[in-house]
Amino acid sequence: MTSGTVLPRKRRVRPVGSHRILTFKINNRDVSSREDESILAVARQNNIYIPTLCHLDGLSEHGACRLCIVEIKNAPKLVPACITFPQEGMEVSTCSERVIDYRKKLLEMLFTERNHVCAVCVSNGHCELQDLAIQLNITHVRYEYLYPRLALDGSHPRFIMDHNRCVLCLRCVRVCDEIEGAHTWDVMNRGLDTRVITDLNIPWGSSETCTSCGKCVQVCPTGALSEKGKSVAEMVKRRQFLPYLQKMRRWEEE
Amino acid sequence: MMLEEFNQIGISERERQQAYRYHLRVCGAAGCLSCGSGELKEALEKEVDRQSMTGQVEVKSVGCLGLCTAGPLVQVEPGGVLYQQLHVSDATAVVASLASGPAAGLCCPTDQHFFSRQTKIVLENCGRIDPERIEEYIACQGYTALYRALRELTPREIIDEITASGLRGRGGAGYPTGLKWTTVSKAISENKFVICNGDEGDPGAFMDRSVLESDPHRVLEGMIIAGYATGAHTGFIYVRAEYPLAVKRLRKALSQAERLGILGKNIFNSGFGFDIQVRLGAGAFVCGEETALIASIEGRTGRPRSRPPYPAESGLKGYPTLINNVETLANIAPIIRHGGDWFSSIGTEKSKGTKVFALAGRVRNTGLIEVPMGTSLRDIVFEIGGGIPGNGTFKAVQTGGPSGGCVPAQYLDMPVDYESLAGVGSIMGSGGMIVMDQSSCMVDVARFFMEFCRTESCGKCLPCRVGTAQIHNILSRIASGFGRSADLAAVEELCDLVKNTSLCGLGQTAPNPVLSTLRYFREEYLSHIEGKRCLAGSCLVSSAREVL
Repeated sequence: MTSGTVLPRKRRVRPVGSHRILTFKINNRDVSSREDESILAVARQNNIYIPTLCHLDGLSEHGACRLCIVEIKNAPKLVPACITFPQEGMEVSTCSERVIDYRKKLLEMLFTERNHVCAVCVSNGHCELQDLAIQLNITHVRYEYLYPRLALDGSHPRFIMDHNRCVLCLRCVRVCDEIEGAHTWDVMNRGLDTRVITDLNIPWGSSETCTSCGKCVQVCPTGALSEKGKSVAEMVKRRQFLPYLQKMRRWEEE
Repeated sequence: MMLEEFNQIGISERERQQAYRYHLRVCGAAGCLSCGSGELKEALEKEVDRQSMTGQVEVKSVGCLGLCTAGPLVQVEPGGVLYQQLHVSDATAVVASLASGPAAGLCCPTDQHFFSRQTKIVLENCGRIDPERIEEYIACQGYTALYRALRELTPREIIDEITASGLRGRGGAGYPTGLKWTTVSKAISENKFVICNGDEGDPGAFMDRSVLESDPHRVLEGMIIAGYATGAHTGFIYVRAEYPLAVKRLRKALSQAERLGILGKNIFNSGFGFDIQVRLGAGAFVCGEETALIASIEGRTGRPRSRPPYPAESGLKGYPTLINNVETLANIAPIIRHGGDWFSSIGTEKSKGTKVFALAGRVRNTGLIEVPMGTSLRDIVFEIGGGIPGNGTFKAVQTGGPSGGCVPAQYLDMPVDYESLAGVGSIMGSGGMIVMDQSSCMVDVARFFMEFCRTESCGKCLPCRVGTAQIHNILSRIASGFGRSADLAAVEELCDLVKNTSLCGLGQTAPNPVLSTLRYFREEYLSHIEGKRCLAGSCLVSSAREVL
């Protein structure tokens, strides 16, 4: 090399697929994470509880139920833990008074939206919405119930769709699209009129794309989707297939 | 196309215009068209023929002349005489007046503050050129900024110019445009996009529509410059389908620009190519939110997603995307033409340039106006707007549509800029300005906007979907005289929840109209709840009392 020329320093190239490792704080506890892990994932690894409803391991994130909101120090807004990624030195609080207050209000609001009558529900005792209410210590609802008149679709030979219990977490839509690959479920309308639908809003039983695999029923957090022939409190969901399928898919990809 | 050819287009257009002795500019924007300016133009053309002045008089359709309340408008050049509220039967008098002097009964005084207090940058060609002819735009220095940008400036220099101008996003939030462009230009990607957001959905706002209808080429020029500066080669204009005239004129403008080689490959022999496509919205207000807009362009349901990543990093099809409002892009060409320093000399310290407002409601001169940032509300409502008709008293002005708030009389002398409006609980917004007088019930106003947000909420996130409905229910109850004493606290609590936990801007700002009216007009809420009466006498309470 001739004297006097300064070559730019070679940038270090990261191997493909590797990620930076960060350390940050959750509830004043030091934790470390890969940069592509959500705050929720890191919290779960460290046994820090954050309530979730639309999130389900193995499905893409939706970020809509807002129950996993956490507070980040010096950030003006509350952020959902499921779709927020940590940054070096960040200080996250999952159970500040403000966060818990909002979470309770949100969950109460969810109860007012549709007709969640636990006592006559097939999922009573096995319902994620009910579990959340118990965990967050909800004894009453401060808002007015909206009591919408909603239909029930029993046209499928094996399953029932009850819009009265739907919380619009869209797990059914995602599992059908991402895992089963049928994309039978989708969403129509907007605002309070939002409904999950099968195909182009035809009765589930006459859907041509539905493979009747039942994955949507098993991932549904409430009694909105259930198997026929189950009476009150008899519908227990089985989700074992999801981590297994996810693992096999990832293995296939690699 | 070479510079000589390009200049020749402008020169021959000016020669063509000079061949006429008189020019009759008939307003052809949606407002005047709806009160019959189309028929009026035909009548004028016939009348010109009849009075055998064909070679002397040019009758042309132009963009918005501004004073929509007095439509249909016709302007005569030379002289600048403006005729208002013309009827087809007035055509004879108008044409006859060309030789004999202004026809008295039909004139609209042009010395009023409505015209003299405005500063036109974005609207400089509105009402002057025929929006359906590219030649007229070129004759008014159109596309010279593009030529200069592509042939003389580097992308870095253009961005520096925009940054120096201090231009901020005109869509409402006021994000610095130079910074946004820098972010997109720095992103390393094989593909980038520029999107023009023309999904103007605020009730009472029609700025973007007027710009697209009156001067579509200005927006195209801004987009091509933005593409060159950020390294994008494809642009999309997202317009609502409710604006058929704007869409028609945009499509015409695109095909004209393509014909002249101003769009497409190798623009002005610079080696830079850019294409623009038009995409139509299907009537959802939320599609004005950038991530929902991108989803809609991609062919998916128009629902927002959480940011970050921002579109500048991962937008359309996952590529870095620049999204700017129509009015922002319309400011680009003048900035390149006159320099960023010129632009930053207009306006206030933090808000530069001018802002277009759609002035509507209880005000004499409704229409489209453009004023420098920092003009006081009093000037806008009483000088330019001409005050409240029928001896009414001013009560409030609503800015920013369903995301904004009501500014009461005590802030009339406040300068209109991003920070001041945010300080009093409203926002600049895209530019809708609705003036209200003593006959407007503020509870009803809040209820109206909440109803709007409730029906336009996309339904994805819980607080916006259910919270807006809950707030609306309580407000309706108060407005119909069944309010309870605990309702106000409940509304405030709900507003706080929706504001802080919603996913996108729609939900986060939806409580603003309620919160600002609660802040300044709390006594009206209380009189509805406690006295069961409406101070303005215009809402459901008063009509219910009459029935009783």
